[in-house]
Amino acid sequence: MKIRLDHVVKTFETFRAVRDVSLEIESGELVALLGPSGSGKTTILRMVAGLEYSDGGHIYFGDQDATDIPVRDRGVGFVFQHYALFPHMTVAQNIAFGMKVSKVKREKAAIDARVTDLLRLVRLEGLGDRFPAQISGGQRQRVALARALAVDPKVLLLDEPFGALDANVRRDLRRWLREIHSELGITTLFVTHDQEEALDLADRVVILKDGQIVQQGTPEEVCRDPQSAFVMKFLGDANVIAAEVRDGKAYASGAAIEVAGLADGKAELYARPADLDWSLQGPGIPASITRVLDRPDGRRVLATAETGEHLEFDVEPERVVKAGDGGFVTLRRAKVFAV
Amino acid sequence: MRRNVLPGLRLSLGVTLFYVGLIVVLPLAALAFKAASLGPADYWRIVSSDRALASYQVTVLSAFGATLFNLFFGLALAWVLTRYSFPGKRLVDAMVDLPFALPTAVAGIALTALFSANGWFGSILEPLGIRVAYTPIGIMIAMCFTSLPFIVRTVQPVLEDLDPALEEAAQSLGGSDWTIFRKVILPLLTPALLAGVSLSFARSLGEFGAIIFIAGNQPMSTEITALLIFIRLEEYDYQAAAAIASVLLITAFVMLGVTNWLQARALRYTARG
Repeated sequence: MKIRLDHVVKTFETFRAVRDVSLEIESGELVALLGPSGSGKTTILRMVAGLEYSDGGHIYFGDQDATDIPVRDRGVGFVFQHYALFPHMTVAQNIAFGMKVSKVKREKAAIDARVTDLLRLVRLEGLGDRFPAQISGGQRQRVALARALAVDPKVLLLDEPFGALDANVRRDLRRWLREIHSELGITTLFVTHDQEEALDLADRVVILKDGQIVQQGTPEEVCRDPQSAFVMKFLGDANVIAAEVRDGKAYASGAAIEVAGLADGKAELYARPADLDWSLQGPGIPASITRVLDRPDGRRVLATAETGEHLEFDVEPERVVKAGDGGFVTLRRAKVFAV
Repeated sequence: MRRNVLPGLRLSLGVTLFYVGLIVVLPLAALAFKAASLGPADYWRIVSSDRALASYQVTVLSAFGATLFNLFFGLALAWVLTRYSFPGKRLVDAMVDLPFALPTAVAGIALTALFSANGWFGSILEPLGIRVAYTPIGIMIAMCFTSLPFIVRTVQPVLEDLDPALEEAAQSLGGSDWTIFRKVILPLLTPALLAGVSLSFARSLGEFGAIIFIAGNQPMSTEITALLIFIRLEEYDYQAAAAIASVLLITAFVMLGVTNWLQARALRYTARG
């Protein structure tokens, strides 16, 4: 089911949580809403679900205007950050809840069979008789997903689904959700503040700031071509270096890089740790190393430029560098934004 | 004893046990001792006399009725106080505790004045053929009044802590409001409701001050057990008073036992492992 948001607005008291957001999600697509807290991502998700009503604009499910359809008739599956499992029901009863309360009457045997299928899908066979308090956090979230899928939703909505879990479980569940999505092909929208999660999981990432969409695209598009300093900074570590643009080139104390389509004047140069390198000869930004952090996959070097800027970059594990060394930080690539 | 990082175990346990022994166990033991000093035949004759039986009946039935009423009304009150905001909410919330704060005799006199034939409510109800003062209905109303806070105050915190996401989840799965109340909210409130019910019932069984003014105190019809005990005391018949009191005590214990068992059953889902 294709979802379309058309100039959606939401205000809480005086706080404008969502300002004029328009967004299209294709049928079967897996889309991440990514943004810092307060960016309106959860509010957008809750409006799509019908758990909040928008103050303006429309939400379409396919060709149908769903803006005013209450949540219980909207046909969405919603997965909450803290699972929201019914604590007094067993895992199987939780999964069966939606089928039992549905207006469509089902045979008990059909419900039981469906519960068994779903337990297999979320790999929790044999745990149907447990209560939510008796299973782990990762298992609970899988039960929550099975419960949401049981009613054959048109759309699956997940609110920070892995936010309450620890890092290893989170990585496993991420891969597993991706598998389930390709198996079922259900249109899925999920909210996260974790860039890695959004980039790993989604077909398309929608980046939000202050209730507005600042950029959207495939993970490749947003990573390789961030269109603002905010997106650049939000997606990962970045060094910020003061620069000046002259004749299609950005100059930053000894280093220079080609930029196209930027007017002459002051600018900021953004470079990922992997975009910088260390050399004993110029040209480059003269700097001295203050610390070297050893990590399993390489060495992170902290350096201070002569201009006083702190820089961080990675070198390969074999490279001999130590605190106190002087040299030049060279630019492999960088993004330049006017200030 | 296992070492414990929390300080003060010996002192606090000692003080507590001393207090429980002095204030709770000793009087109860004295009561049992006094009642036991009667022979079995005398004991049985006293506790199963017609007057005593009639008093048990009116006390237990009224307490049952009052508790049932408070179950519904107290739940409704707790519901309104936690889930909605309206002008005067804090005042209503504070008024719930009034029956605890008010001397029960004052409550009894006020209720009698309201429900007697020429009182505000009585003058309306009497022509309709409903007599409240000096009937079991009056006893029930006095019990309702004094035991209302128990149910409200046990249910309220549980309702406040109920995760709104549970209801949202149930809604997104297509549940109607009534279904959600019945299948999600009510089961989660059941342990608190049971606790409130047992407190409310026990309090109603033992209530004295609020009832004797409105009850009329006719032996065989509107004489509550607590009053009968008091009358025996006035007659210096301590053994008979203790014997009848032991029946109330046993009833209250059985009631607490049953509700505790029901509560444990309703809370089975919280068990880990």
